[in-house]
Amino acid sequence: MKTEYKIIVDLIEEKTRVLDVGCDDGILMESLKKNKNVDARGIEISKDKVQTCVSKGLTVIEGNAELDLKQFPNDSFDYVVLGQTLQAFVNPEIVIKELLRVGKKAIITIPNFGHWKVRLNLLIKGTMPITESLPNDWYNTPNIHMCTIKDFVKFSKIINFKIFKSLALTNKKISNINNSNLFYKNLFAELGIFLIEK
Amino acid sequence: MNIKENIKTLVIKKPLKLDCGKTINNFPLAYETYGSLNENKDNAILVFHALTGDQFVTGINPVTRKDGWWSYAVGPNKSIDTNKYFVICANVIGGCMGSFGPSHKNPDTNKIYGTDFPVITINDMVNAQVNLLDHFEIKKLFSVVGGSMGGMQVLQFISNYPNKASTVVPIACTSSHSAQNIAFNELGRQAIASDHNWSDGKYLSNNTLPDKGLSVARMAAHITYLSKKGLQEKFGRKLQERDALKFGFDADFQIESYLRYQGSVFVDRFDANSYLYITRAMDYFDLVKQFDGNLSNAFKKTKAKFFVISFTSDWLYPTQENKEIVIALNAIGADVGFVEIKSDKGHDSFLLDVPDFLKTLKNFLDKSYSER
Repeated sequence: MKTEYKIIVDLIEEKTRVLDVGCDDGILMESLKKNKNVDARGIEISKDKVQTCVSKGLTVIEGNAELDLKQFPNDSFDYVVLGQTLQAFVNPEIVIKELLRVGKKAIITIPNFGHWKVRLNLLIKGTMPITESLPNDWYNTPNIHMCTIKDFVKFSKIINFKIFKSLALTNKKISNINNSNLFYKNLFAELGIFLIEK
Repeated sequence: MNIKENIKTLVIKKPLKLDCGKTINNFPLAYETYGSLNENKDNAILVFHALTGDQFVTGINPVTRKDGWWSYAVGPNKSIDTNKYFVICANVIGGCMGSFGPSHKNPDTNKIYGTDFPVITINDMVNAQVNLLDHFEIKKLFSVVGGSMGGMQVLQFISNYPNKASTVVPIACTSSHSAQNIAFNELGRQAIASDHNWSDGKYLSNNTLPDKGLSVARMAAHITYLSKKGLQEKFGRKLQERDALKFGFDADFQIESYLRYQGSVFVDRFDANSYLYITRAMDYFDLVKQFDGNLSNAFKKTKAKFFVISFTSDWLYPTQENKEIVIALNAIGADVGFVEIKSDKGHDSFLLDVPDFLKTLKNFLDKSYSER
């Protein structure tokens, strides 16, 4: 299982209700059910992946986070997880607000556009960066709103949500992000993982 | 047709108060079963049939000598695996395959009911069929499954009997029959009623049959079960056993011939008055209204696990209407999964060989059964 998922599983308390938005083929949901006895639900846009989840006995609805989060009442989950897809939404602000309406807490992971390889790529080559975590060309990427770890921290102040915990993933190693190391984490982390609250 | 010999019937002694206000008792409910009930009696699935279905879900229908209507989905090792599950299906009341319906004799007058038969509803159908659980001494079904009108019965069943099923699978259906669907049903009913042989519903006493009207009703309905793309791909403008147009009103096109055939075989197996009664029941179905405008309340008392399935090309019970059910369930935190299956086969997709659908249904049931 991806290190990212292991970290998310660690962040989630036992016997809670979790909604995994963009649950993919359900690997995180399975692990949450198994390790944390979680009541896990998923939303997934791909029909094939929904069918894979069903074959694993997972409760998943086919849908789109921007349209389908609406149907859930306020605070219906303890956690809502959004893994590496915030940058693909037309309106990330609305999505974050919806996540925090539906869930008491949200866990958001973002591929860090501030990573040195990304920066170097653009600086040296002068073309849109292509890395392991951002494998697409500019014309076929689903990512329309890329941001850096620093941007996300800034965003929390602009649209007013609390970052409860921020973690950086570098080379499968996990570390805390704080105000004093933000510059370095923003340069070296591949992924930012944030536990946020209203 | 030697119908009676092949039909299992349960006589329901308990009075059933219908939505129309009348009470019926000592009425027959025809049913069929497949597979065997296990010792714990926890492997039973009640399948509900659609408008023109019957209790003969799979294998050869002993009355029509054709494949059962859900042979793709039900049988050994199939989606609803009869090696594993005990499948029960009953002919709906108002139907014409042995259950109490308009072609039966009214014991008070000794005449065939015809249109004197009470108007029945989806709720009445379900309340009649729940008696089968007592008959087989089943406390709780493993699942209730059905497509189209069968799906409406699924929703009504779990709403009426929230503790009587562990899993609930409504397929290609709706919680409230739409104006468009009422319109199509009315077209069918008017086709029957305008056939002179219908004789205000007394055709069985008059020894005439409104075959033409019923077949037109079926032709019109059949179009609604398919998709534009499916029709275009299958028939296009292909001609029927001729090289050129004949400049007349015979069936020049294959699609015309196909529809005429569908109409003609339908009248051999279906009763015109049953068609009126069952379409009426569908039109009256409005679970949202039954719960004062809040569909969620229909499901508040159940802990069952739901799985809703719709099809991309189904314009009769489109995905949006199926999704209303999902939304109502999510609004109360119910356990609900949902998938829209990609298929060009229209509303009929649930009856046909659509591998993604059959696989998903099987996966949902088998996984839920092993985790029960």
